[in-house]
Amino acid sequence: MSLDLTRREFLQGAGAAGALTLAPGVFLYAKDPEVPVTDAVRWGLLVDTRLCQEDCDACVEACNEEHNLEDLGRPETDAQWIRKLTVRDPLGGRTISLPMMCQHCENPPCVDVCPTGASFRRIDGIVLVDKHTCIGCRYCMMACPYKARSFIHENLTEQLPHAPRGKGCVESCTMCVHKVDAGENTTACAEACHKDGHQAILFGDLNDPDSEISKRIREFGATQIRADLGLNTGVRYQNL
Amino acid sequence: MSIASVRYATLDAGRSYWGLLAVLAGMTLVGLAGFLHLEHEGHWITGMNNQVVWGIPHVFAVFLIVAASGALNVASIASVFGQVTYKPLARLSGLLAAGLLIGGLAILVLDLGRPDRLIVAMTYYNFKSIFAWNIFLYTGLLAVIALYMFVLFQPAFARWTRAAGILALLWRLVLTTGTGAIFGFLVARQGYDAAIMAPLFIIMSFSFGTAVFMLVLTAAGRGSGRVLGDALLFRLKNLLAIFVSAVLYFVLAYHITNLYATEHHGYEAFILNFESLYSKLFWIGQVGFGSLVPLALFYAPRTRTCRISTHVGAGLVILGGLIQMYVIIIGGQAYPLVLFPGMEESSSFYDGVIASYVPSIWEFLLGFTGVAIGLIVVVAGLGALGILPEDLSDPKPAS
Amino acid sequence: MLSVVALTAFSNASAEGLEPFVPKAKGEQCVEPTQVMRERHWEFILHQRDETMYKGIRTTRHSLKNCLECHVQPDEEGRFPRSSETTHFCTSCHVFAGIRVDCFECHADRPHEAYGAIPRHSRLSLNDLFRRRPIQ
Repeated sequence: MSLDLTRREFLQGAGAAGALTLAPGVFLYAKDPEVPVTDAVRWGLLVDTRLCQEDCDACVEACNEEHNLEDLGRPETDAQWIRKLTVRDPLGGRTISLPMMCQHCENPPCVDVCPTGASFRRIDGIVLVDKHTCIGCRYCMMACPYKARSFIHENLTEQLPHAPRGKGCVESCTMCVHKVDAGENTTACAEACHKDGHQAILFGDLNDPDSEISKRIREFGATQIRADLGLNTGVRYQNL
Repeated sequence: MSIASVRYATLDAGRSYWGLLAVLAGMTLVGLAGFLHLEHEGHWITGMNNQVVWGIPHVFAVFLIVAASGALNVASIASVFGQVTYKPLARLSGLLAAGLLIGGLAILVLDLGRPDRLIVAMTYYNFKSIFAWNIFLYTGLLAVIALYMFVLFQPAFARWTRAAGILALLWRLVLTTGTGAIFGFLVARQGYDAAIMAPLFIIMSFSFGTAVFMLVLTAAGRGSGRVLGDALLFRLKNLLAIFVSAVLYFVLAYHITNLYATEHHGYEAFILNFESLYSKLFWIGQVGFGSLVPLALFYAPRTRTCRISTHVGAGLVILGGLIQMYVIIIGGQAYPLVLFPGMEESSSFYDGVIASYVPSIWEFLLGFTGVAIGLIVVVAGLGALGILPEDLSDPKPAS
Repeated sequence: MLSVVALTAFSNASAEGLEPFVPKAKGEQCVEPTQVMRERHWEFILHQRDETMYKGIRTTRHSLKNCLECHVQPDEEGRFPRSSETTHFCTSCHVFAGIRVDCFECHADRPHEAYGAIPRHSRLSLNDLFRRRPIQ
């Protein structure tokens, strides 16, 4: 209901960067950078594993470049916000490849366990770390079922203006929140995947029944990884 | 000795007393220098990484905190359950608990990624986090111990001793429950996510705390020329033997339950199959030298009345306790998360493989610093306050 | 070498008027009167920090990023000062006042243009800096 209101507001031109008409009757929500986020939207990603190529890591490279995640030659402590995971079924040997990152849960264990509340879920569904209040206890890394988080083990000096990160804090995929807030309606990984022609990663509003991501989920179904934990993830997978 | 006639005295601040304090202060300074280096460089110089995020510092810290709770056993038995024999030792029980707790907390703080933000930890709270609750439980226990000690030291408040003792007992049971829950609440990890963690940690606290108490009591007695009576020591030993057995029982219940569920067979094999380092530590360190050998020493006819065997046994319980913490904390993280049950996983981020962890000197320095800080509190307390009874010998038969 | 130059410049400036060396900014006018900024800039930045972090508001004038867009400018050789140097706008004053800030342990200490490439997020550029909004 609030979604309809929001969309009507956009139709009336209330939001400057508001609505983009894709086709008659299809509107894409885009965030105005001046307006606070709302729970009318829930940002999510949809990964089609059939379209994801095992030898391709364009999404990983794009993420690393977007946030300047440097390769310091120490794989055990270097940060990885997104990684390519190969999953093989021992029965028959079917192998699939998929990008694994923060699943942006509705009920995130990292948020539950964080003693200071630095780990939080923004009301539009993006799970973030407020590095101003993160004390670096790493309990969230113990709690995350997806191994999505990295601790920064050393001093950094080459941070980008839109991606602050530093020693002693925990970080993870931000669903390119700086892009989302700027109304770009995409993430670095989804963009790179599209550019490479694979189109395995789709970004969109899970709350909008008319969004491409919602329509695809409705039509073909999508699963959560570790659905048994009941976390209601914002990242869904097809053809697992 | 009857309670009314117990006289307490400070330790004589002789050369050996100051020497001990100087050694402990030196250890602390070396540890703090290591901390500054770690703080300056970042955690990459340690063995901890994105797979094993808690390492040796946490093994020491959790051990000390758990042992702190158990060090209050003697106080609880004396003040709550009215065992007269232990009453003269209640003060030492409280002091030792405070020291161990402060030492453990110091390690946790020094290991933080941002220790400069301690004030943030004290001002921003997420009350759904068991960690946040523990901050209150730990600092609260210090306050409760202070209250209990105050009551013990003031004859005018003697009638409040039992009430203060009950408060301390309940508080430490909640505290150890909270500490076990840090691991028990981790839903996604194969080795954790078990309600038994809370009672397991409580019984571990009884065991480790009693063992530490016995050794500290003997050392303090010997250092100050007080002779500890056989009856008292062996009574503590019998208590410790029950606690060690109880820990074994809880460990058995934990693994039996896991073994029944096929989904846990991978983790159980990892801990029990005697192939991984953690499995060898479990069988040789925790079960063998940490539990069965002490039990043999405590119960075997030839050693049960031997003071040296008793002390060796208590020392082994402490060693086994540290190893148990290592197996729980490091082993639980080294085993990979299962994202796709029944599938084989691989990635550039150590999915599907046992994570490697090689502890560094910096982590051991933090651990030793915590131990040294805890002991400084105890030694300073013994020197400044009348903690230790003048006479630790067994009471003469009433005539 | 550059840092030696920087230090000399700093010490000269402070010796003359006992004031910190304040590098020249890009724009004509700051988002607030100078005196207000001197006294309250940390409040503005702190407030904006939480607005951005929790509400996703990224374009108001009180953001740290926009401070740097104007106040951190290249020297004659086209090199942008780093926060570790006293020629850096924030550092010059904070060293003078003896107050340590840890913003730049995580945040970029230079504007977008210092990174060579065209800013990827051009819509968060200088234009936004001069949009006026009432102070909350």
